[in-house]
Amino acid sequence: MGYVAVRGGAAAIENSEKFSLVRRAGGASGLLTPEQIREQLYFAVDRVMGEGSLYAPDLAALAFKQAAGDSFEAAFILRSYRTTLPRIGYSEPVAPDGMRVIRRISAAFKDIPGGQILGPTPDYTLRLLDFELQEESAARTRQQIRQLLRETNRLDPLPERFPKVVELLRREGLLVRRHASGKDRGLTDITRQALSFPAPRSAQLQSLARGETGGMLALAYSNMRGYGSVHPVIGELRVGFLSVPFRNPRSGSVECIGEVLVTEAEVIARLAEAEGPARFSLGYGLCFGHNETKAIAMAVLDRAMSGGEPAAPSEDQEFVLTHVDGIESMGFCNHYKLPHYVTFQSELDRLRRIQAGSGLTGEENP
Amino acid sequence: MTPGLPSRAGTPPADWRDTRPPAGGRYSYAFLDEGAKREIRRRILKAAAIPGCQVPFGSREMPIARGWGTGGLQLTLSLIGPEDVLKVIDQGADDSVNAVNIKKFVTRVTGVAVTTDTAAATMIQTRHRIPEEPLQPHQILIFQVPIPEPLRLVEPSERETRRMHAEADYSRMWLYLYEDIVKFNEITVGARYPVLVNCRHLMDPSPIPRWDLAKLHQGEALFLFCAGREKRIYAVPPHTEVQPLSFEDFAFRVEAFAGRRCARCGSGGTYLDEVIDDATGRRTYACSDTAFCEKARRSCGAAEDPPTREGIA
Repeated sequence: MGYVAVRGGAAAIENSEKFSLVRRAGGASGLLTPEQIREQLYFAVDRVMGEGSLYAPDLAALAFKQAAGDSFEAAFILRSYRTTLPRIGYSEPVAPDGMRVIRRISAAFKDIPGGQILGPTPDYTLRLLDFELQEESAARTRQQIRQLLRETNRLDPLPERFPKVVELLRREGLLVRRHASGKDRGLTDITRQALSFPAPRSAQLQSLARGETGGMLALAYSNMRGYGSVHPVIGELRVGFLSVPFRNPRSGSVECIGEVLVTEAEVIARLAEAEGPARFSLGYGLCFGHNETKAIAMAVLDRAMSGGEPAAPSEDQEFVLTHVDGIESMGFCNHYKLPHYVTFQSELDRLRRIQAGSGLTGEENP
Repeated sequence: MTPGLPSRAGTPPADWRDTRPPAGGRYSYAFLDEGAKREIRRRILKAAAIPGCQVPFGSREMPIARGWGTGGLQLTLSLIGPEDVLKVIDQGADDSVNAVNIKKFVTRVTGVAVTTDTAAATMIQTRHRIPEEPLQPHQILIFQVPIPEPLRLVEPSERETRRMHAEADYSRMWLYLYEDIVKFNEITVGARYPVLVNCRHLMDPSPIPRWDLAKLHQGEALFLFCAGREKRIYAVPPHTEVQPLSFEDFAFRVEAFAGRRCARCGSGGTYLDEVIDDATGRRTYACSDTAFCEKARRSCGAAEDPPTREGIA
């Protein structure tokens, strides 16, 4: 009998794991350390932390190594590790104007209070393959960096707070107040409650913050390009460190328990004329790590979903929020690799019956 | 506790919390933290109290992918005690890679005994089949569910389908089936055939074949369903009415095998997999329930196992 099914059990799985080990580490080059990944592949680490929904650079780097560079897979590994961690509590609200910024720009105003800070960005660098990196000398690069640090004049210490650009508009009365859609009593925790629609704003922002970058980009792009009505202006985009204030359950005092690197985007878009006097409304995006594409896409989607009746998929809250999670969509997409013999047999039965055209040869319900 | 409901599910053994995982170290017994297990058990009770009604819950991420049985796995892990005997099947088979993988994981975090024998199991996690051997009152059958919403076929919005369930408004589903009959003179739904539970809730029985639906009706065991990705739990408790949607003048029909029998054990009256021979292209049939097939072969004293090729292509 020449029947080959996807069976074979434990031995086959073990062999498959061995094969993957050889693919990951069987080459002649030195093995990657999680430390190298954390330091040098920081965009990957940030993306994994954001989509994996756990701020843990070391673990994210380890997951990225384990997944051999598959960001979906790495975020998935991190997310399932997150499941096993106890929920200790919630941090106190953070005001992001106190962010220790490494980058801060506005596309709405030339001069902003506190000034524009370009920070580290590839935005204005020509994307030419840098062949020198092929044989990068560690010694020379180190020396280059030492020299850079020597030559750079230390600026006056940065201001402690950078005022928010959109505050200017708010003070002028040009911004509409966002109504929290749905019943937003306190904070919804989407890791403890299944989403129901209309979802409160807190659930919406949480879902987007852990969404998959590519998926969110596609949806936001559809809106910007024409299937939607948001014409966004980036009021402010920030990358920097936020301290995490946590109320000590014993002493009752608020303490800083650490810092997280985040990207924050605020987009401004005009409301449709039908919705009262012409005003702006705001879309908000914030995600772990340095991931500007995701933060902007998130802000655009947040704004797109704030209107009334959705006229495009990206404006439909249920459509967007149920499809942006990478762990869920990737898992479901790949589950079609599992055997479907039984269901397919059932389909075959239907098709044969319809083709036979009789409709009378089947077995009655026993 | 209601007679008929397995008492074991509600009364964990005294050493429940002390049980250390054999894998040791960083993960707790049965992987999930105790808070998550308690939450899931409370949802199961609610689901059993309203047969066929989908109860939302805070589905946790598992170390297997969404769509691969994370729902079923969460139920299994939140209910399993050290004295349980577990069976896992995928498409009826005990040795399917995914079933083996899930079994391996559960044993690793709990150390429970596993079996392929349906009668010996206290807890069976399944994908797409109900075992042929009738289940007993002390057993729990846990279904992995990809799409818990039977109305998804006719309505994509969750908000809308929840309204339809609340009002027991299933007219669009009936209409869908009726239009099928008009167009094809046949209902085209294969597996995942919608059923009405306790004369109230329309339920997706998970993609089991129509063949298996009768086993849900007035069953002895507790049937639990869970969709991890869609974050829904639902249940069919023992002795509950479960009826596939059917018209008076167009009866519901199960898959037809035209009197064919299993080529391995000779059984008739089981759900069959169609097997196509590489060389001759000849079609034979074999039981989809491998444990049942094995038992049937042994009990009739069949000779050696027919050769099967193992391993993944």
